[in-house]
Amino acid sequence: MSTSTHIPAAPSKSLPPSLDRIGLGLLFAGVLLVIAAFVLQPVRASFDAVVLYLFMVGIGVGAIFLVALEHITGAVWSVPMRRVPEFLSGIAPFLVLLVLPLFLHLHDLFHWTHEEAVKADTVLAGKSAYLNVQFFSIRTAAFLAIWILFGFLFVRNSTKQDVTRDPSLTRSNVRLAAAFLPLFAITLTFTAFDWAMSLEAHWFSTIYGVYFFSGTILAALAATTLIVVLMHEKGYLPGLRRDHFYSLGALMFGFVNFWAYIAFSQFLLIWYANLPEETYWFMARWANGWQIMSVLLIVVQFAVPYIVLLPQEAKMDLRRLKIMAIWLLAARLVDLYWLVMPTHSPDLSLSWTEIGFPFVGIGLIMLLISWKSKRYNLVPIGDPKLQRGLDFHL
Amino acid sequence: MDTPVYSLTALFPTPDALMQAVAATVKAGYTRYDVHAPYPVHGMDRAMKLTTSPLGYFALVFGLLGAVGAVGLMTWVTLVDYPLVIGGKPFWSWPAFVPVAFEITVLLASVLTVVSMIVIFFKFPNNSHPLHDTPYMKRVSTDGFGICIEAADPLFDEQKVRGFFASLGGTDIAVVHYDLEDRRHGAKMFDLKFIALLATVALVVAASTYLMLNVVLYAPPYNWMMLQRKMGAQEASALFKNGIGMRPPVEGTIARGVMPYPYKGKPDDAGKFLVNPLPLTDATVATGRAKFLTFCSPCHGNFGSGDSRLNGQFPNPPTLHSDKVRTWPDGSIYHVMTEGQNVMPAYASQLTRDERWAIVHYIRVLQRAHNAKESDLQ
Repeated sequence: MSTSTHIPAAPSKSLPPSLDRIGLGLLFAGVLLVIAAFVLQPVRASFDAVVLYLFMVGIGVGAIFLVALEHITGAVWSVPMRRVPEFLSGIAPFLVLLVLPLFLHLHDLFHWTHEEAVKADTVLAGKSAYLNVQFFSIRTAAFLAIWILFGFLFVRNSTKQDVTRDPSLTRSNVRLAAAFLPLFAITLTFTAFDWAMSLEAHWFSTIYGVYFFSGTILAALAATTLIVVLMHEKGYLPGLRRDHFYSLGALMFGFVNFWAYIAFSQFLLIWYANLPEETYWFMARWANGWQIMSVLLIVVQFAVPYIVLLPQEAKMDLRRLKIMAIWLLAARLVDLYWLVMPTHSPDLSLSWTEIGFPFVGIGLIMLLISWKSKRYNLVPIGDPKLQRGLDFHL
Repeated sequence: MDTPVYSLTALFPTPDALMQAVAATVKAGYTRYDVHAPYPVHGMDRAMKLTTSPLGYFALVFGLLGAVGAVGLMTWVTLVDYPLVIGGKPFWSWPAFVPVAFEITVLLASVLTVVSMIVIFFKFPNNSHPLHDTPYMKRVSTDGFGICIEAADPLFDEQKVRGFFASLGGTDIAVVHYDLEDRRHGAKMFDLKFIALLATVALVVAASTYLMLNVVLYAPPYNWMMLQRKMGAQEASALFKNGIGMRPPVEGTIARGVMPYPYKGKPDDAGKFLVNPLPLTDATVATGRAKFLTFCSPCHGNFGSGDSRLNGQFPNPPTLHSDKVRTWPDGSIYHVMTEGQNVMPAYASQLTRDERWAIVHYIRVLQRAHNAKESDLQ
């Protein structure tokens, strides 16, 4: 009893034109608001821009990780939907545009860029071999180069395979994945250290990189799930069934738990040891209104998705998956806001400047998906594992 | 053999063939059947049209039970039964409970789910099954993929099922009979032999635990830590120059909670420099009164007039209402209580600092009451 679905030779791939319109509109409105924010409140805007940059790193680089994960594990279930993370990995080149304005505001963002402050401060002086503008810029540039390169290579091999049907391209992608994954671990960890942890240059937490990783993959999974479900509902990804959606849902559920586990591990050790040089970071997030944000973070990034995604049916129900994917993307923004903003405003205060930045991100992703879908097939039709992926049973 | 038939079994060469055979079995309307394979065959539960297992709800209930139980236990221990300050944290430190609660949740959810599966679905204490030790079971637990249609199925007819299996390409079609010995015997769980085995296991475990904790741990090399050389209280030491094993506190340090008294033998300085640190409140006066009545009144009298309650068994002390004591600074009264005076012993070991200062307050209250000014009457 085989229920295999055969993909038509040339599956429909023209996404609705409204995608372009809405994406362009969002991007335009977002860019206007962002420019206004940078003109009127440059310091606050640069912190908001850090949140956006890290959010987009999460989706873009996390998507490359998902692609690499499929190759390295030889997974078949995700092959029919692999184009979605492949499209999302196209965010990587745009990260350059998102990070460039930040280099104009390094002085506003990072205390350790003030040379006179570093001289007067033994802790910062001790860290200055790592935390200095030259090395910081080199790191950021190198990481971006690595992401862009691997994102490009994975997608190039995969799309070339659509035409040539050459199975050896899969093998070279596996080799690429083996090279990329350790680099991914290093680049992502040090991106978290550089762009988020060094905002409080005195503070340190060795688990911070893992914490950032858990949120990153959660965001990438949520974005992938959302787009896969939307495309499937509109008929662009035929052949997916409960088993595929269950796998996506189970992964999201797993990473919700993983995030909570790591977040709590970070908190527990600092709380237990009770050392003033470590606790002040959490104290800052438990004062002046930030308590609300801290509790909100636990509720939105753990409690609610945990309860909603717990039942087996929830992971196969497209409506619930869709809502949870949007929810988790919003939760990721809350998480990053909670990580970054207390350095700028010790009193919790929301400002109109925050609004434009997510618009830019969402608009960018919509335009990117639309543009990529015009260039490439929505399904990797040349992948030798595709049929097995369509026949996937739990 | 005239023993009743349990089922008819057939083997299939591959998981795919099994999957097709199961689909045909479902289509033919059989309901009492089961499928056996050496490993989980993906998609089989859907081919068998199985509904979701209710075991998940058992796991949920047991997990919640574990979480609530663990948090409840730790709350009771740390707040009610044995409050203990750990690391300067509050008694009810919930972050410390989370790892324990998590582990207990997982433990109860997994162990009790398996137990309930054994009890409810495997009908514990029944531990025998007609398929045990059949050639069919030997094959499906190594390299075979089999279907077993039970005689209890309403559509069961030995010849028909045999033909049905043959039409699907099944091999090794065999009839499985109930084991009469097993059926007559009932649950083997309550066999004397089995109970004796359990009792032996319990005995061996208990005995070896006892031996481990009470004998082995006191035998070398496990006792080396206990027998290591160490200094006891009051012991002489060859290591230190002065030959004394116990070390005095480092110079310039004091023990926790001890406030040194710098006016030993200097009553004048005490009167000049000491100030009562306690606020004059109802509570301090009440403490002073209670302590005064316990420790001072036997000699000084209930109101400090020098009229001893002991009726001359001791020399009567002077009254506290004399001009001398009334004009004394607080520090002098405190000094006398701390160091003693003439026949009065020191009370520093019976009364804490705060209690002595509270008594000073109370003595002032008594003095004011005995020598009220005109203005107090208004």
